[in-house]
Amino acid sequence: MLEKLTEMLADQLKMDVSEIQPETNLKDDLGVDSLDIFEFIMACEEEFDVEIDTDVVSEFTNLQQVADYLQGLQGE
Amino acid sequence: MSKRRVVVTGMGVISPIGNSVEEFWSNIKSQTVGIAPIDRFDTTEYKVKLAAEVKDFDPKDYMDGKIARRMELFSQYAVAATKQAIDESGLDLEKEDLTRFGVCVGSGTGSLMAMEQAHDKLVNKGPRRVPPMLVPMMISNMAAGNVSIQFGLKGKCTNIVTACATGTHSIGEATRYIQYGDADMMVAGGTEAAVCPIGVSGFASLTALSESEDPKRASIPFDKERNGFVMGEGAGVVVLEEYEHAKKRGAKILAEVVGYGATSDAFHITSPAEDGEGAARAMTLAIEEAGVTPDKVDYINAHGTSTHHNDLFETMAIKKALGEHAYNVNISSTKSMIGHCLGAAGAIEFIACVKTVMDDYIHATVGLQVADEECDLNYTKEPECNKTVNYALSNSLGFGGHNATLMVKKYQ
Repeated sequence: MLEKLTEMLADQLKMDVSEIQPETNLKDDLGVDSLDIFEFIMACEEEFDVEIDTDVVSEFTNLQQVADYLQGLQGE
Repeated sequence: MSKRRVVVTGMGVISPIGNSVEEFWSNIKSQTVGIAPIDRFDTTEYKVKLAAEVKDFDPKDYMDGKIARRMELFSQYAVAATKQAIDESGLDLEKEDLTRFGVCVGSGTGSLMAMEQAHDKLVNKGPRRVPPMLVPMMISNMAAGNVSIQFGLKGKCTNIVTACATGTHSIGEATRYIQYGDADMMVAGGTEAAVCPIGVSGFASLTALSESEDPKRASIPFDKERNGFVMGEGAGVVVLEEYEHAKKRGAKILAEVVGYGATSDAFHITSPAEDGEGAARAMTLAIEEAGVTPDKVDYINAHGTSTHHNDLFETMAIKKALGEHAYNVNISSTKSMIGHCLGAAGAIEFIACVKTVMDDYIHATVGLQVADEECDLNYTKEPECNKTVNYALSNSLGFGGHNATLMVKKYQ
């Protein structure tokens, strides 16, 4: 999961996967803004066939949290 | 208040025959036709096979990749052409008062491409799958918005949309902003990137496009066998500057904008007025503003789309505006080489006019072969390089009956 998310984000941001670690801060370290996050979340919804509550999106600060949240959804 | 003088100090072009003014103008002189089979999508089911597409364009040559990703092609073209124009102007953005530097860059359609892709998602995957970037990338003002953001230009920033007259109105209105003191410097022009399935099929359904499969016989303005226009794309952007401002900093002045006329036909949604009255008035207003008589006009860069109606009615308009002098003036259509770049057309053609007065070189209407007895003026079958060109007019006519003419004067 985490590996796939890293690949997807790197692809979206036109970065190398090595620049993105599970704990890397999306906003402070990668310069991701709210539009990037929404674009990424929509790509996740499509990739993993889930629906993500838009209220939780603003709480994600790194990919580990996104992965945990998505695993929680898939477990349900 | 009295009007201030406005001069051109920089120019930039992204076009089907070159992605710089130098390459564009050199290809104009070698009569290169930038029309070819459409490369961007499969045209098997389309009657229209040809377009004049921009080639070898890499946005990363002009902006960073992350920024480019948030711009549709029409915005990227505008930013790229602006960079060229500001570079040529020699303006040092760190020294200028950027609240006095504005933007007036329009697009006829915004991004049909983005709408097309988003609509596909909406229909096939539902409303939740419509991309969040759709709106800020698709709306037509984003060319101007992105230019302002990229270069930090904080003056008046507008987006004029008048279909195929967009580029001409944008430069004309920007001239007015400077004349009446709203700004001292303006980035002005037009941009378009609509060679996509919905763009081509939309204009094709209207029977506005040529269905010719021969690139040399498709965009043939004023030729009796003309049968529609060929869609082009690209951007034309100029830096306009208040004359004293340009002189004070020792800028190289390329030409002066001495006249702008804008009128409406109030007649029909797609056809120009049948006697060319509206277009004639636009030319007359531009000539009057320049303070000269019609016989001073040396060259007209025609709208010349290669549709039956446009070329016939524009010919009548020129006769109405110039009287007997209509038979002496050289007329040519840049669209014979680059097709019809819609919102960018007027701006690219204005740049051709500036080059014409700078070089005393009037380009040909390339491919003009079969004379039409109803189009009986001098459409410049062969280039004219033995004539001093002091004054040039650039005409644009847009769906909706929008007419605009700019008048350029040689600077010496």
